[in-house]
Formats: sequence, C-alpha cells, structure tokens
Amino acid sequence: MSCSTVYFDHGATTFVRPEVLAKMLPYFGQSYGNASSVYSLAKISRYALTNARKTIAECINASEENEIFFTSGGTESDNWAIFGVTEAYKNKGNHIITTKIEHHAVLNTCEYLEKNGCDVTYLSVDKYGKIDLNELENAITDKTFLISIMFANNEIGTIQPVKEIGEIAHKHGILFHTDAVQAVGHIPVDVQSMNIDLLSMSAHKFNGPKGVGALYVKKGVKISNCFYGGAQEKNKRPGTENVPSIVGMAEALKTACDEMIYVNTNLTRMRDRIIKEIIQNIPDVILNGHPTDRLPGNVNLSFKYIEGESLLLALDLKNICASSGSACTSASLDPSHVLLAIGLPHEIAHGSLRITLGYENTDDDIDYLFSVLPEIVERLRNMSPLYNKERKE
Amino acid sequence: MEYTDKVLDHFQNPRNVGEIPDADGVGEVGNAKCGDIMKMFIKVSEDGIITDVKFKTFGCGAAIATSSVATEMIKGKSIDFALTLKNQDVVDSLGGLPPQKIHCSVLAEEAIKKAIGDYYTKIGLFPKEENNCQCCSSCTSCNSDK
Repeated sequence: MSCSTVYFDHGATTFVRPEVLAKMLPYFGQSYGNASSVYSLAKISRYALTNARKTIAECINASEENEIFFTSGGTESDNWAIFGVTEAYKNKGNHIITTKIEHHAVLNTCEYLEKNGCDVTYLSVDKYGKIDLNELENAITDKTFLISIMFANNEIGTIQPVKEIGEIAHKHGILFHTDAVQAVGHIPVDVQSMNIDLLSMSAHKFNGPKGVGALYVKKGVKISNCFYGGAQEKNKRPGTENVPSIVGMAEALKTACDEMIYVNTNLTRMRDRIIKEIIQNIPDVILNGHPTDRLPGNVNLSFKYIEGESLLLALDLKNICASSGSACTSASLDPSHVLLAIGLPHEIAHGSLRITLGYENTDDDIDYLFSVLPEIVERLRNMSPLYNKERKE
Repeated sequence: MEYTDKVLDHFQNPRNVGEIPDADGVGEVGNAKCGDIMKMFIKVSEDGIITDVKFKTFGCGAAIATSSVATEMIKGKSIDFALTLKNQDVVDSLGGLPPQKIHCSVLAEEAIKKAIGDYYTKIGLFPKEENNCQCCSSCTSCNSDK
C-alpha cells in the first residue's frame, strides 16, 4: 500500500498504535516468561497480566478484575459466552433470544444450538436497526435463560438500548450477553449500570493487536469451560497467556477510553459531514442505520442502481479503503443480512458503502473522498441498465 | 485470488458501453436481487456478422469486465462464431477470474446467446423464450422468485 492510502475501514480492523506496540515489544524478546512459572522472569509476565486485567476491568467498570477472561478475540468470546452459559444453565431452560442483525459469531452459534436442542428467537429490528423492547419482553418464556443482543451494529452502527435490555433480562431472572466488539473503546460501556452479565470485546477494533480479546463474566454467573487444559484464566480458558497481546489490548483500551470524548466529538462531526454532503451532492443515496444513535465513526450509505463491490474496486483504484454489504464482497450470493433486516430491497442492499472512521482520519481525507466519489458513482450508473430503466419510468 | 490487470483494465476502461437504440437483438440476463444484470445489444448484418455490440451491466467489477471483454470478442465476428463462445473463453481472455466470480463469465455467455436468440426471434427463426432468472438458480433471491 502506498503512503497516500486513505483508510476508511476501521470497523474491519485498525492499525496498532505505535505507543501500544512499544508497550508490547519487551514481552516478546526480553520478558518472555510463562506467567505460570515460579522464577522472577515469570513474575514480570504475571504482573503484566494482572495490570492488564485491572486496566480492562476499569475501562468497562467491572467490579473486579477477576471478571475479565482473556480470549483470542470477538468470535471466541461470543462463542464461549453462548455455549458456556447454555451448558451451565441447561437445567434452567433451552430458549435464547437474540436478533436478526447479530454478527455471524453469534448468529451461527445460535443456529448450531438450534440443531442441538435449543429454541432461538431472532428479534426483528425497525428501519433504523433498533429492536423493540416490547417485542423482546413478549418473547420471554419460562424456558428463556439467555438474551444475547449486540451493543452496536458492525455494519450500520446502530446502538441498541442496552441498559433497558439488561433491565428486562434481570426483571425476568435471565442472563444478558452483549457482543460489544464495535462499542468497547468507542462509546462509553459500563457493565454495572448497564445490567450486563457477559460482554465480548476484541482488541484490534480499538487500535490494539489482532488475535486477542476478552470476555467479561459477572461474578456469580456460571459458565462452563471454553476448553480444557491447564489452570490459566481460573481453569476456564486454559492455554499459556498471550502476554504481549494482552498488554497491547490493555494499553490500547486505556488510551481509547482516555481520548474518547475528544475523539468522538471530531468523529461525529466528520461522520455527519460525510453523510450530509454525499446525500446533498449525489442523487439517489440512502442513509442506512439510525441518524443519531449510531457509532461516531460509522457511515453506511446505499447508492441506488450500482453494486457495492464495483464501487469498492473503483475506490481502491483511488487508494481509498472501505467496505460494503454487497454479496459480491463475500462468498455468499445474498447481500448483508443486516441490510435485509432493516427492510432494504436486495438491489439497494447490494449498493451499500460502509465508511468507518478512525481517530487518525482528517478532513483532508474526506475532501479527497468527495473529489473522487461523485465521478465514480456517475460512471458506474451510466453503465447500469437499472439507472436508465428507473429514469425512464 | 485477486483480479488480474486485464480485469482491472476492462473495469476501469470498459469497451463498448452503452445501448444500441435500433438493435437487431437484445439480451438481458441476471437479476437485480442477486446483484448482477447484464444487457447486451447487437447489430447484425445481412450476412450474419455482428457489426456492432454494446452492453450495460449492474454488477461487480468482474461482471463489468466480463461484459466488456465479451463484447470485444464477438464484435466483427459471425453469429456462428459468437454462438461457440464459452464462458471459459471469456475467463481465459481475462487471464483468469477468482472462483466465486466464474458465474459472471457464465452471465456474459448467456447474455450473448440471449441477444442472438432475440435476433433470431425477430427475424422469425425462433419462438419467444420465457424470461427466467439465469444468474445462478441457487441463491435465496432466485428461489423466492420461483
């Protein structure tokens, strides 16, 4: 990639901050001791793990550091939360409530459980991607043991009423898990005041390293093992700890939380500028997701009459990285399940563009996007048989 | 597998984009729900030569590139030759396509055949065909149409 690349895909992943990398490096070559060993080299690793756990617990307002379990990332945390609670609470019930717009790490886990004795309710969402709290409460049965609803959506950025969901769950004595992979480090997360029992996070979404994440499990919540082995992570998630990455995750999260208010003011301003100016200057563009209850850095627009992958390819040829809910960007032939769930017709879902901003983006990046996008859209539309058809009608 | 330089060239500089208002044959294949529509327009001379061809495509980069290269491959050629064109010829001409994009080359082959079929229908050689979704016949979009 050239140095002039404009990166607008922070929802996919982010770069590791230099100061985060600097904190990680000593744990590769110098302080490499196994945290389970007795000698002083190992104590350094053990101390680093304890500190990282404390830092992460503080960032989400967990009541104690032992509620943080390190994992390999968001997918593992989601899988473990759901499988682990299903197993531990099998005598309580077999009914899970989730939504149609979850990440596949939750959806595919629930679909697997459906084939193995669980009943799953997939709540629908409104045109903005929000669930209906009444529908949630009405879906609860005496067999419901778990509600798993994402904090903020990865595609359209819509933020759910998490605190209210937690209240409903607890009123009925049900556990509440939230996939907060897109939220942690980006918007305020407080597991205590938001009534959260289990929460998944992933470091690479907030300028930490890939391959590391955590599951918050509130004290008193039963969860069966993630897998079996040694005594690490209170025997629940064995395996020698990935100390450099865990240290990196804690440093990245602390920095993200410290800078959140300042960064979000700027991201929200840039997000709204992109949405406003594109809709003003390019005809037939639709905003997907909620206009205000959305992640500060998330823009998701559908460009009618064109297909998203060709738009991404044309942007890539101009050194702009973005993403789409088009089927052509994946192995599947169907467009994004999230865009279909908010009621978009297939052909409009195919034409979506997701721009996810990070703290290093500037107005110059946005100006550059504006300088190339209208021409690309016009060129692709002029090639599209749908464009003419619609205009003649 | 990534797109070849030739795919990118045809995507960036597509040949024969547009419509032929007085086309002798028009073929449209695919389905907006599946994310691919190709429309081919042909002019055919009395001695069966495709004298002009244009396309319009809604779809991914590969759909646009396969449409473009397919028009190049049949322009100035006889109808008999165009009917022998296989999707693999289109793929080979582009230096290959990622596996999940092979269906785009199938669409290009089908669009040409459909345009020729339309031409034959117009001159009274063929009965009119039913307009089925030919994009893939397997996605939920296609199934919901059936």
